[in-house]
Amino acid sequence: MPPSQFRKLTRCALIATIVALVALGTVAMGIATAQDADHRTQSQNLFLQMAAVFQSPRCINCHPRSDYPAQGDDRHRHLFNVSRGPDDHGAPGLHCTTCHQSENQAASGVPGAPDWHLAPLRMAWDGYSPGELCRALLDPKRGGMKPEQFVDHFNTVFVVWAWAPGTDFHGVPRTVPPISHEQFIAITKQWVATGAACPK
Amino acid sequence: MTAFTVNGRAVTVQTEPDTPLLWVIREELGLTGTKFGCGIAACGACTVHVDGHAVRSCSFPLSAAEGKKITTIEGLSPDRSHPVQKAWIKEQVPQCGYCQSGMIMAVAALLAEKPRPTDAEIDAAITNICRCGTYQRIRKAIHAAVSV
Repeated sequence: MPPSQFRKLTRCALIATIVALVALGTVAMGIATAQDADHRTQSQNLFLQMAAVFQSPRCINCHPRSDYPAQGDDRHRHLFNVSRGPDDHGAPGLHCTTCHQSENQAASGVPGAPDWHLAPLRMAWDGYSPGELCRALLDPKRGGMKPEQFVDHFNTVFVVWAWAPGTDFHGVPRTVPPISHEQFIAITKQWVATGAACPK
Repeated sequence: MTAFTVNGRAVTVQTEPDTPLLWVIREELGLTGTKFGCGIAACGACTVHVDGHAVRSCSFPLSAAEGKKITTIEGLSPDRSHPVQKAWIKEQVPQCGYCQSGMIMAVAALLAEKPRPTDAEIDAAITNICRCGTYQRIRKAIHAAVSV
């Protein structure tokens, strides 16, 4: 083969290779983008299940936007003029721990867990859509955490209390969040693994 | 077995650990100045101090008293000389008197934290219930206690 023809053939092969690589890359990127979108949608849907827990009365009653906690499944204002106080632990002279001890009290029906108190105002959740709640949870300025910190936090005694809230003074068990704590933790892990995406 | 101090006296009791402290104070230790009102931590008649803080003893398990310093109305002062007690007598606060020991203990705890409480701070802290409706005299006595 004459050298000129060889060069021509080599050039063609090179161009063909480049075109093939670009095409492959484009397809691969397309697949990756589609996978990313799938992951994001999956993550967003997982958070919707988590949000149902955060928005349950056992959790959100003590994450109010107001200066007082809520009570009960109807989320009425806490009786007896109970207030947030200067440090979220109740008013001077009437701390949360005046009535709430470190565990539920069967005799009085008063719920309890260690260090009973209100979430600070920056962690107020009531009125938030799931998407707003998700972005608040991830926002360091609003008490947010890094995704990898959530599972540990959701295993703390104060959070776990929501699934063992005891009985009221009539002896009626308090309602619990819509999914079990085990499911909640499993879903949280999946949410983090899929990128901790927030619903819109 | 649970060990703690009541009005400066060391005590050890063998009652079930989930028994409300109120019953131990009244039935085991014979300190009946602390009253049973509602039993659900709503009325405040059973208020005592645990390490200086107001606690509704009907909803405070004995187990939580371990190692704690409990003060009841009998131990607030040896001779009714606590400023709140003086103010209560000066203003003739009680009518039937049933709620007043809890009321006095709640006010003493408030003044320990807020020596000159405003009306709003009184409203936020003193949520005890008085069925005789002596609330106005209670407020007047709290302000009087500040200057006793």
